[in-house]
Amino acid sequence: MERIPILKMGEYLLVTIQVDMHDQLALTLQDDLTQRIARERSRGVLIDISSLDVVDSFIGRMIANISGMARVLDAQTVVVGMQPSVAITLVELGLPLEGVHTALNVEKGMARLRQQLGTRH
Amino acid sequence: MKNDLATESLSASRLAALLKGNEKEILIDWIKAQLGATTERGGLLKEAELREQARAFLAALRVAVQDSPAGDMQGEAWEEVKHILGQLSRSRALAGFSSSETATFVFSLKQPLFNALRKELRGDGESLAREFWQVTTLLDQLGLYTTEVYQQGREEVISRQQKELLELSTPVVELWEDVLALPLVGTLDSNRTQIVMESLLQKIVASGASIAIIDITGVPTVDTLVAQHLLKTIAATRLMGADCIISGIRPQIAQTIVHLGVNLGEVTTKATLADAFEVALQRTGAQLARGNGRGTH
Repeated sequence: MERIPILKMGEYLLVTIQVDMHDQLALTLQDDLTQRIARERSRGVLIDISSLDVVDSFIGRMIANISGMARVLDAQTVVVGMQPSVAITLVELGLPLEGVHTALNVEKGMARLRQQLGTRH
Repeated sequence: MKNDLATESLSASRLAALLKGNEKEILIDWIKAQLGATTERGGLLKEAELREQARAFLAALRVAVQDSPAGDMQGEAWEEVKHILGQLSRSRALAGFSSSETATFVFSLKQPLFNALRKELRGDGESLAREFWQVTTLLDQLGLYTTEVYQQGREEVISRQQKELLELSTPVVELWEDVLALPLVGTLDSNRTQIVMESLLQKIVASGASIAIIDITGVPTVDTLVAQHLLKTIAATRLMGADCIISGIRPQIAQTIVHLGVNLGEVTTKATLADAFEVALQRTGAQLARGNGRGTH
C-alpha cells in the first residue's frame, strides 16, 4: 500500500510529500503521524511540500488538520518549501493556513522549531 | 431593386471614369484642401509625404471603384484601399494626430470630387444628385473606417504602455542579507497585485529572505480593495515562510484605513522605510553600530 514516509531527525519528524494526495493517503498519513508523534514523543513536525506544484482545497485542509492534531499532541508543525504558485493558489482559495507555521526550507524550518521549542524549556 | 443595382453599377463606372479622367486635378485640389485644413499641424505632416499618400490612395480608389460595385466596400479590390487607409490611420495615431484630423484625410476629398462631378454633369440635375449621394456614402464609409482603425491604433498604444508600466513598476530589491524591499508606486489593482505577488515570492525563493518590507509611499490611495490585495500578498508571503512589514503609511492613509474598518491584523506597520528596516535588522539578528569615524558628524 502506498505510504508517505516519516523520517525521524533528532527530536523532530520530517514528512516529505512528493506524490498526489488522495483521501486514503491523507488518512493514512494522519494515522501514521499521530502515532509516531505519540511514540517518539516528538516536539516538532516538519512537512516538506517543496515538490508539490499544484494544490487544491483538500490538501490545504489536510495540512491544517495535521497541524491541529500535532498541536493537540504538543508538537509544533512547520510547513516548509512552499512554491510561490502554491502560496498564491492557497491565498486565492481563501485558505491562508492561519495558525500553521511556515518556513522557506527544511533548514530554516528546523531553526525555527529549535528557536520556539528552546524558549519553552 | 434590380433597377437600383443597375443605376448603382452604372454610376460606379461613371465615378471610375471621372476619377480616371480627372485624377490629376482632383489630386491637386485635394492636397491643397488638406494642407489648408491642417495648417496648425504643419510641422507634423510633411507635404511630400502627404502627396504620396494621397496619390496612392486615389489610385487604389480608382481601381476599386472600377473593379467592384460601389457602396459595399467588400471584395478584393477594396482591400488595397483599406490597407492604405489603415496604414495611414495607424501612423497618424502614433504621431499624435486627433481622430478628426485623421478622418479629414478622407472627408476633404469630397470637395474636389464634387467639383469635378459638377463640371462633368453640368445641367443634368438628377444624375448630379444621384452621383453626389453615391460619392458621399462611399466617402463616409471610408471615413468611418479610418476612425475605426485610428481608434484601434490608439488602443494598441495604450495597452502597450500599460504593459510597460506593469513591468517597470514592480522591482524587488535586496536591502540586506535576508531582507527584501518592495517599493510600490502607483495604484494596486488585481492585475498588478498578481504580478507583484509573483515577483516577490520568486525573489524570496531565490534569495532565501525571511523578511519582506512592502513600502507603499508611492501608492496614492488605499481603499478596501487595495488593502485586500495587500493582505493577500502578505498571506502568500507568510505561507512561503517569510514575514512582511508594511511601511510608508502616510497619516492620511492611516486615517482612511481606520475609517474603512480595514483590519490589518497582526501585520507589522511602520511609518517610514527606515523604521521598517530597523525592525527587520533586529529580527534577523543584525546590528548596526555607528562608528566613531567620519559618519557621525
